[in-house]
Amino acid sequence: MAATRRVFTPAPSPRPQFTGADALIFLIVAGLLALGVWLAQAAPAEVRGPAISLAPTALPFYALLSMGRMAAAYALSLLFTLVYGYVAAYNPRAERWLMPLLDVLQSVPILSFLPVVLLSLSAVLPEAIAVEIAAIVLIFTSQVWNMTFAWYQSLSTIPGELREASSIFRFSRWRRLTTLELPFGGLSLIWNSMMSWAGGWFFLMAAEIFTLGDRDFRLPGLGAYLQTAANAEDLAAIGWGILTLVLVIVILDQLVWRPLLAWADRFKLELTESDAPPQSWFYNLLTRAAFLEQIGRLFAPLGRAADALTTRLLPPPRPAAAPASGSSPLGWLALLAFAAAALAGALLGGRLLLQVPPAQWLTIGLGVGTTLLRVAAALVIALLWTVPVGVYIGTHPRAAAVLQPLVQIVASIPATALFPVLVLALLAAPGGLNLAAVLLMLLGTQWYLLFNIIAGAAAIPQDLRYTSELLQLKGWARWRTLILPALFPYLITGMITASGGAWNASIVAEYVVFGGQSYQTLGVGAQITAATAAGDYPGLLAATLTMVAAVVAINRLIWRRLYRLAESTYRME
Amino acid sequence: MSTASDRLLVELRGVTQRYGRGARQFTAIENIDLTIREGEFVALLGPSGCGKSTLLRIITGLNQPSDGSVHYRGAPLRGVNPHATIVFQSFALFPWLTVEENVAVAMRARGQAVEQARHRAVELIDMVGLDGFEQAYPRELSGGMRQKVGIARAMAVDPELLCLDEPFSALDVLSAETLRGEVLELWTGGQLQIRAVLMVSHNIEEAVFMADRILVMDKGPGRIVAEVPVTLPHPRDRKSEAFAMLVNRVYALLMGQTQPEEIEFGTEPGQAGQTRALPLAPVTALAGLLEHTNATPEERDEIAQLREDLGLDLDQLLPLVEAAELLGFARVANGAMILSPLGEAFAEASILARKEIFATRLRRLPFFRWMLRMLAVADDQSLRWEVLLTALERDFPPAEAERQLDIASEWGRYAELFAYDDAEGRFFLEGRPVAQG
Repeated sequence: MAATRRVFTPAPSPRPQFTGADALIFLIVAGLLALGVWLAQAAPAEVRGPAISLAPTALPFYALLSMGRMAAAYALSLLFTLVYGYVAAYNPRAERWLMPLLDVLQSVPILSFLPVVLLSLSAVLPEAIAVEIAAIVLIFTSQVWNMTFAWYQSLSTIPGELREASSIFRFSRWRRLTTLELPFGGLSLIWNSMMSWAGGWFFLMAAEIFTLGDRDFRLPGLGAYLQTAANAEDLAAIGWGILTLVLVIVILDQLVWRPLLAWADRFKLELTESDAPPQSWFYNLLTRAAFLEQIGRLFAPLGRAADALTTRLLPPPRPAAAPASGSSPLGWLALLAFAAAALAGALLGGRLLLQVPPAQWLTIGLGVGTTLLRVAAALVIALLWTVPVGVYIGTHPRAAAVLQPLVQIVASIPATALFPVLVLALLAAPGGLNLAAVLLMLLGTQWYLLFNIIAGAAAIPQDLRYTSELLQLKGWARWRTLILPALFPYLITGMITASGGAWNASIVAEYVVFGGQSYQTLGVGAQITAATAAGDYPGLLAATLTMVAAVVAINRLIWRRLYRLAESTYRME
Repeated sequence: MSTASDRLLVELRGVTQRYGRGARQFTAIENIDLTIREGEFVALLGPSGCGKSTLLRIITGLNQPSDGSVHYRGAPLRGVNPHATIVFQSFALFPWLTVEENVAVAMRARGQAVEQARHRAVELIDMVGLDGFEQAYPRELSGGMRQKVGIARAMAVDPELLCLDEPFSALDVLSAETLRGEVLELWTGGQLQIRAVLMVSHNIEEAVFMADRILVMDKGPGRIVAEVPVTLPHPRDRKSEAFAMLVNRVYALLMGQTQPEEIEFGTEPGQAGQTRALPLAPVTALAGLLEHTNATPEERDEIAQLREDLGLDLDQLLPLVEAAELLGFARVANGAMILSPLGEAFAEASILARKEIFATRLRRLPFFRWMLRMLAVADDQSLRWEVLLTALERDFPPAEAERQLDIASEWGRYAELFAYDDAEGRFFLEGRPVAQG
């Protein structure tokens, strides 16, 4: 047999031991290390204190701190995602309440979480650590939901025969995770991670300085730097801060996300070759390097140990029994504990809510109305420019090759970083804050729409495009019969995400502290922030709950219906 | 390997599989007794929905039956059978693993060392004739080559019981034929560990070509209705008379005989007794079949011949013949379909006349009588899709109820008995006063 010849001699690695690529990577690593050392030396002495230095030399260090927070929150999000999604996908009883719970949780305005988390943490921990953890928890809540949804969805769409193959070949849980589930969900997890990082930056900017009643919590970081610079009306400092932020985002994109995407292209499920696989220079460099293989070999025993451990701890999944067995006592116990916690929460919350005077309820209702108008305005403006631009990019592959990466980077700059500049420019104008608030919502959410529209336009089948040309459909007729219906599902998906983001952004947008003074307009977001600043917990709870109710109601009554219509009537398949 | 020793490998007694609970409980397979002995190649044959794949999953331990016992080599089977393996219809290869990794992962999962697994994987890949493709990804291979990887992977665990789940039905005709020969060669060559083969199939020629014993199943609920031993020596000649006779015999078993109307029609949904499931036959395909048979000299067709002429697979052809039978366009006897005068008339009629004939026939079916009555008494003479679906779910499992309503909707709209508005999701009785505006 030809095979035996080859196998008994261990195949020598076809690559040389050291290549030019190795040298380059070594240089990059060395450069990064040197940068770190330099940062540590340049760190201002007063960083630990509440004062934020506006010197540009402090920026790299602040950037590093912010990055660290983001990374910690992301690690938490990933862990939560993997566990929560796993349980929801594989335990039908848990699924029934885990998924609706997730749906509600993601409608809760993130910034409302912070005071609660912060105060409870600072009661048991030293203040510096409490603030740090609170910021991480806040970023976590801005990153985690879409990742969890994506992971859950991947797990529940794994083809039955692949699942059965892993059973019949008796994969351990660990092997199942690494051979089937992670690769299957990999691409969508990476895309959602990228989105989550963008969302994380947005709220990090707002979370590093936080006033709660008389307490002024602050963390050294990029967000705090930008806010301090805005307060001092120091335009140069604002410029430096934004520049640093953009640099950090570009570096992350080039060194982390692009290579990951290029690597993960193999996890595409289609059994056909893709025409234009994602490219990354850094990934190409890495694959050409010889030392990575050695590192891989170093870590191989670790994987084997994990395999052995999980095999011992977790028995292989049992075969599907036809009728569901009786409910386990553990499940009931957990349900009971949850019910008790919910009851206690409801009682406590109810007592707080009773303290809210009727007049305040009325203002909150008005606030929801005005915020709704702002959200709608932001959506309409976003639609007006993203539809033509998105359709252009989506239908012109050559333009897309140039514009898409550019747009992606612009989109990942958190709008909150630009907000001080906006306020500075608009505050003097009549209705300035109103305008600025809509603009901030717009900046934060238009990208979801744009990306969805580009994807939708690119997905219009060539046949239909030819047909509409043969029929000589032009102008409005072409838009009405071809483009808009084809875009509809993508538009709805984009708008759902965008409106959710806009509601969340209202908390930052409607109430601004600037130059040591606070400005606010009527809106439920402003009411939440104002209640936080004043330490008015009943008001905070009332406003937050009202907003959650409004967002969930709008989702259920409007978006979900439109989504179903899009899925049933306008989906191209 | 053709001499069957008497040692029992698999033994099923009274195996029943039910889904759902309470009033909405459905029986997928009922009271199945089955044995597989060492040295046997057994084929499970039946129309789609007869539960043959469910049975295969019960035998391999992937599913647990609701009732009855499964024994392997005399011991009750608990969990996945470590001595069994499956070659899947969709190949079930991991797209992100190379050919070699796909084969090796099965051995790694059983605790073999990396090098050992790789060595054996290369051997097996060579054995199925994919030498040189070790480092290719499945997406680079043709369907036939992918299934070869599936076979190599199944061999990797040294199985005693090889289960083939419609392994050739996703392949083109030529690849399928080649692979059948290769699988038979592996089996009759006898240098592998395999003690028995169980193949699920809906291709009668394939079953007669490969198996020593064919178990014919029927649906509603799934059960074994006949057992046909095949004693022709390998290699079997498809052109031989003995082969053709066996094929026709199995066809006759599968198609049964046209029953008197009251048995054929069943009862209305919601009433006592078995509701006759509508065969999932598209109207245009049915018309095509009738035209084809009408063009033959005696207005009759051997069903085996029909399958070949029309290039349909059994899963497509059976519902068509069943529909022709149910609507009185044809009757089935001894594996042949004979057109009735009405069927001839339909085949020769104009578009509008066809619709009329179809409508009169549909009105006789309890299913449509029930649907029309429901619509007639409803407000506005219209009903939402979900209402009818819920009503049907008392007689059919949810997925089947949906298929039934789909096909009823197609037939009824073709016959212009009722209309359906997709945007509103409602059925309307034809000829009801239309609200203006």
